[in-house]
Amino acid sequence: MITAASEREAHSGPGSDAEPRAVAIADGVHWVGALDPTLRRFDLILRTANGTTYNAYAVRGEQGVAVIDTVKAEFAAVFFARLEQVARYDEIRVIVLNHLEPDHSGALPELMRRAPQAKLVISKRAPAMLKALLKADDQEIRYDTVDTGDEIDLGGRRLKFLHTPYLHWPDTQCTYLAEQQILFSGDVFGCHHCDPRLFNDRVGDFRFAFDYYYAHIMRPFKTYVLDALRLIEPLPLKLIAPTHGPILRERPRRYVARYRELSGADAALEPVPADAPPHFTLLVFYLSAYGSTARMAEAIAAGAESVPGIRVSLYDLEGGEVEPFVDLIEPADAIALGSPTLNGDAAKPIWDLLSSLAVVNLRGKVGAAFGSYGWSGEAVPMIEDRLRGLKLRVPVAGLRLKLIPTDDELADCHAFGRALAEAVTGSGAQAGPTTRPVIEYANLT
Amino acid sequence: MAKAKLTFEDIGQTVNVPAGVRVIDISEKVGAGIVYGCREGDCGTCMMHVTAGWNNLTEPSVLEEKVLRENMASRHDRLACQAQVIGDCSVKPA
Ligand SMILES: Cc1cc2nc3c(=O)[nH]c(=O)nc-3n(C[C@H](O)[C@H](O)[C@H](O)COP(=O)(O)O)c2cc1C
Ligand code: FES
Ligand SMILES: [Fe+2]
Ligand SMILES: [Fe+2]
Repeated sequence: MITAASEREAHSGPGSDAEPRAVAIADGVHWVGALDPTLRRFDLILRTANGTTYNAYAVRGEQGVAVIDTVKAEFAAVFFARLEQVARYDEIRVIVLNHLEPDHSGALPELMRRAPQAKLVISKRAPAMLKALLKADDQEIRYDTVDTGDEIDLGGRRLKFLHTPYLHWPDTQCTYLAEQQILFSGDVFGCHHCDPRLFNDRVGDFRFAFDYYYAHIMRPFKTYVLDALRLIEPLPLKLIAPTHGPILRERPRRYVARYRELSGADAALEPVPADAPPHFTLLVFYLSAYGSTARMAEAIAAGAESVPGIRVSLYDLEGGEVEPFVDLIEPADAIALGSPTLNGDAAKPIWDLLSSLAVVNLRGKVGAAFGSYGWSGEAVPMIEDRLRGLKLRVPVAGLRLKLIPTDDELADCHAFGRALAEAVTGSGAQAGPTTRPVIEYANLT
Repeated sequence: MAKAKLTFEDIGQTVNVPAGVRVIDISEKVGAGIVYGCREGDCGTCMMHVTAGWNNLTEPSVLEEKVLRENMASRHDRLACQAQVIGDCSVKPA
């Protein structure tokens, strides 16, 4: 049914690829982005059930226009068509990129050619990246870098910058239009949800898309999210204009609150009373076809458990899905991974788990590897290398043993578990600056 | 060859090393807590705090200075993938 309201909507909406239209989101501020409704996978890692949008914006001041972010290269034509409806290229004074990822910088080289007088404005972390991004393009690009507290006056409209590194690229920033209380937040508060109705109070249900985007893009950077929220929360906010998905004009603060919620620890689920002494957690994961690696895991867990102040949990990777294990690992202090060697490698569920950990921050956690093997035993060193690559600390050399463990070997496993727990808790012989014997360089392997 | 003592405070491990080795060449082998990303002085992941012997590391390059600044390094922080040991010193993750 076509109502008067939907008729009006159709004329004020973004139009089609053939007839693209800029959409006013506030006085003198327009959406000039692109819709990509058929996309089903973004950046290789995200599923996008209803496509995505690349949101770019134009802000008009008395002394010129600012373009905030651009679009993915193949959408440049609709972006320029929308931009031309609200500004001439010679009016563009600044181009702000809130981060340099190609889905928002794709039309930049062409925009700089069309508006050569415009100054590019990027975060202080961005110049090296800009160089790498544009090294194949032969034009010389002049830019200014900005930091939190810097502002640009467009005449009656001031753009203020917030340095919000790692949300989700190192060079990420947000841009705040002070007079109209609009936050151009880049990928922050964005999601992959394509709906031509554009505004959060008009589009379909995108709660799933919003949380999913956070879980895959922002979650590894929770501490940086909290830093950014400290800058964003005090701002008066009428509207949040992210680079993907709906424009958040109806109660925008809800989305800020949701980020805070998602970035908090799962304290409510912690079974330990709040007044308990400090404790550490070690998770032991294993796989075992004939039971040898399983017996090692049990002995390691028992050895670790014998150290005070550490809670040890033991899981057979075959018995669970990867996702809940990732949730367990996020707040844990240490993980030990056990796998037999199969065809010169660790078993696939180990790699499935390890390759799913990119969504959590692992830096500084302790890792360890163990496993039974038949003749070559590659699994343990391969897992250790991967743990280091993922920025875990590997303080106790991995433990592997041939085929069926003897009682003596199980005692070694017990000792390995204890040493690991001591490395985690900072107790025992591992701790203290003078307790380990000096190593000669020549003896390092 | 000149020798130096490189100590990783977080794990209480000292290694006798020939002068000129980079901290990165040693820290992973002994399981110290310094972690690495690019391994070429670009990303700042390997920032470490030098607790003793600050002057016993090679001078930071202009590029290292810049990366340290961008990563809000405090005094006596260095990049472990860049700093070369020329005398006794102690380090720990920043
Ligand atoms: C979600 C996401 C995360 C990224 N994380 C990293 C990273 O941690 N380190 C890095 O060096 N580059 C990272 N990048 C940058 C890509 O490696 C870079 O854009 C690369 O040029 C993409 O190559 P491709 O064109 O073959 O996809 C990331 C890119 C995306 C989209
Ligand atoms: S590892 Fe990237 S700067 Fe050292
Ligand atoms: Fe991005
Ligand atoms: Fe993006």
